[in-house]
Amino acid sequence: MPIIELVFYFFGTILVLSALSVVTVGNPIYAVLFLVLSFFSAACIWLLMEAEFLAIVLVLVYVGAVMVLFLFVVMMLDVRPASVRQGVPRFLPVGLLVAFAMALQMFLVIWTRGLEALPMPAPKPDGYSHISELGLLLYTEYLFAFEVAAVLLLVAIIAAIMLTHRRRQSTKQQDPSRQVRIKRAERVRLVSRAAEAGAVDQTAPQRDREGG
Amino acid sequence: MLTLAHFLTLGALLFCISVAGIFLNRKNVLILLMCIELMLLAVNMNFVAFSYFLDDMHGQVFVFFILTVAAAEAAIGLAILVVLFRNRSTIDVENLADLKG
Repeated sequence: MPIIELVFYFFGTILVLSALSVVTVGNPIYAVLFLVLSFFSAACIWLLMEAEFLAIVLVLVYVGAVMVLFLFVVMMLDVRPASVRQGVPRFLPVGLLVAFAMALQMFLVIWTRGLEALPMPAPKPDGYSHISELGLLLYTEYLFAFEVAAVLLLVAIIAAIMLTHRRRQSTKQQDPSRQVRIKRAERVRLVSRAAEAGAVDQTAPQRDREGG
Repeated sequence: MLTLAHFLTLGALLFCISVAGIFLNRKNVLILLMCIELMLLAVNMNFVAFSYFLDDMHGQVFVFFILTVAAAEAAIGLAILVVLFRNRSTIDVENLADLKG
């Protein structure tokens, strides 16, 4: 099956190169676009591993929502690309050292533990659906975790809105809860005044003058 | 012949690239967030690979939850970033040293 290897190496190369571009390119907009490319090629590799639902979710949710959110913030923040590039060589040796050490360790683990002896599994019979298997598992065994994930998303929505919401000082607005909670005593004040004697007949001479 | 080791190698490469990216990009918190997303993608790649080669769907369920948490994390991280930029007019990592850490 050389076609599967061809697909794997093609999308794997694109994935690694675009990930390298994400971390090395200076302009954040290009970084976001390269990140979109790397997510897309990762989704293609997941399709190769028969994780169809997750591959589609990765494209729809990640490329469609999260990356657009990133792009939105990049455009909103107005960071000058020129100021991004300075100061990189200072941390270049440390970063490369850590990355190479980690890569070496991981490759040692992967390639000496017999993992390369595990070949691609045989294709599933006709009528087998990974999506229905995943759904069955998600709605029975992982039902509680699924609901907790929903609550987590709700918390994230509320937190993001509360963090970025800015109340304007210039606009006048009503607060319905304060309007409902108001008491009569706070609005109406009864004042008792004694009637004044001279106030009654003040208009009378003026009327006489106009009539005469 | 593709084996499990090939897919794990791809995940390991992605993870190391994003670790190096966190060290390299000290000028922009936004690119740091993108590196974290790449790291989560590498972890998910390993989960999917093990799920496929060991024929166990639980790995894909874990990827599902990691995607959910990563989306929430990205939303809150970007909100914090927007507030930070509004208050400080910069997202430079070097300038954000008020705690002297």
